[in-house]
Amino acid sequence: MGESMSVLDELYREIILKHYQSPKNFGVLPQATKVAGGMNPSCGDQVEVMVRLEGDTIADIRFQGQGCAISTASASMMTELVKGKKVAEALELSRRFQAMVVEGAPPDPALGDLLALQGVAKLPARVKCATLAWHALEEALR
Amino acid sequence: MDLSLIREEFPLIAGHPELVYLDSAATSQKPKRVLEALDRYYRELNANVHRGAYRLSVAATEAYEEARRRLARFLNAEEREIIFVRNTTEAMNLVAYAWGLRNLKEGDEILVTEMEHHAGLVPWHLVAGLTGAKVKAIPLTEEGRLDLSALDTLLTERVKVVSLVHMSNVLGTINPVAEIAKKAKAAGALVVVDGAQSAPHLPVDVKALGADFFALSGHKMLGPTGAGVLFGRYEVLEGMMPFLGGGEMIREVHVDRSTYAPPPGRFEAGTPPIAEAIALGEAAQYLMEIGMERVFAHDRALLDYALKRLAEVPDLRVYGPMGPDRGGVIPFTLGRLHAHDLATFLDEEGIAVRAGHHCAQPLHRKLGLAATARASFYLYNTFEEVDRFVEALLRIHTRYRAWL
Repeated sequence: MGESMSVLDELYREIILKHYQSPKNFGVLPQATKVAGGMNPSCGDQVEVMVRLEGDTIADIRFQGQGCAISTASASMMTELVKGKKVAEALELSRRFQAMVVEGAPPDPALGDLLALQGVAKLPARVKCATLAWHALEEALR
Repeated sequence: MDLSLIREEFPLIAGHPELVYLDSAATSQKPKRVLEALDRYYRELNANVHRGAYRLSVAATEAYEEARRRLARFLNAEEREIIFVRNTTEAMNLVAYAWGLRNLKEGDEILVTEMEHHAGLVPWHLVAGLTGAKVKAIPLTEEGRLDLSALDTLLTERVKVVSLVHMSNVLGTINPVAEIAKKAKAAGALVVVDGAQSAPHLPVDVKALGADFFALSGHKMLGPTGAGVLFGRYEVLEGMMPFLGGGEMIREVHVDRSTYAPPPGRFEAGTPPIAEAIALGEAAQYLMEIGMERVFAHDRALLDYALKRLAEVPDLRVYGPMGPDRGGVIPFTLGRLHAHDLATFLDEEGIAVRAGHHCAQPLHRKLGLAATARASFYLYNTFEEVDRFVEALLRIHTRYRAWL
């Protein structure tokens, strides 16, 4: 079990803890123009992503809900990464993030802090936790 | 019961000493005898049942019907009261559609409990939506028992069916089904029991329980997936129309109409899961040979030991009633750690537990929890495994202190 212990060490790090215990952009976005929810029916985790678009720019974004460390940290880091980006850029980042955690694609520096979630690719049972907020974001932007 | 010998009979357990399997409430491991019964059917008996004019089909039919007799003995029912289905979920849907859809109407009530598995709720929601009947629930007490003080008020003449879980898959609570069934009968209601957790772990006597229907899943009681049982009291089954239509369940078919076989055949449309039913019969026989009292006593001994040892783990919370009315199921949380993260940490220690709402969202809502982790025991688990479980939790508590 030596190798997998290091996967957990790599994943459950300070940066994930920080986003889990004090998530960024957490709460209601009153001027939201797009809202979408995500739910993992097997564990009950849920997330709501609220976006305020100005033209095709994500002028503001917030999320709320309840989830595990991985889903909460993923949502928190996602909001930081896509705020201020164009819709097309955000969707492209979503594609790259999912390639990393679902398919195990090599780390993409454009993902910034989210690279901390790379280890999720080695924990198939937790992939849905990491992608929950991203699916909601995609739905909100479409 | 000699545990080391029991474990040898379960290839997955015997072959993986590093694994502590504590998720039998989701599905049990299988003994060699059951695997061999599956294999033997395909190698030596494979033919369709109830229709062959040749000896092989007669032999397959005899093996399938012997499985029915074994399940009848297992539940203290009659052979003709045992319907093979896929699992508890299908059994509950059979009752809801074949009985509920035809007997419920607007203004009627379906009385369930707040601790039902979704399989004991959603089929009734679907049928309520079609009939106009309403679903109400017996509430839970804070300890995780049914609040029976509410029963007399809830059990009005509008209640046509009381559908309840025998043993909670989350809390382990064993409900006083016989007592509730007696009151339900007096009020003129049918009694449907979800036995998915009780049948594998407790001695069950459907007559003593007063159940009109009793559903179980074979895969939770050492059998293969794909075969379960619905017991139905014969007088009730006799008055029911079929659930699914097709081959096997008919008496006479014309182009525009058909008549139906008597129960249990009426409710077994199409080729049944023959191999799985035979293997489930083997599982039931195995459990009867060990004795269900012993199986329950073993689960309880592990539960009592685990509850005692878990008290050593700081910040650990265990849910469910602390009396004798409980089987070997432990829902727990560790500090503020989310159940999913906790299950991942335990998995790294080789300990398999379930995390989530365990298909019982109303119960978790009542407890005010998003999710719990759950450890559940069976006859192949040991005290040493409980120790490994507790020691893993202690290590996790130290290692991830900042996360709690």
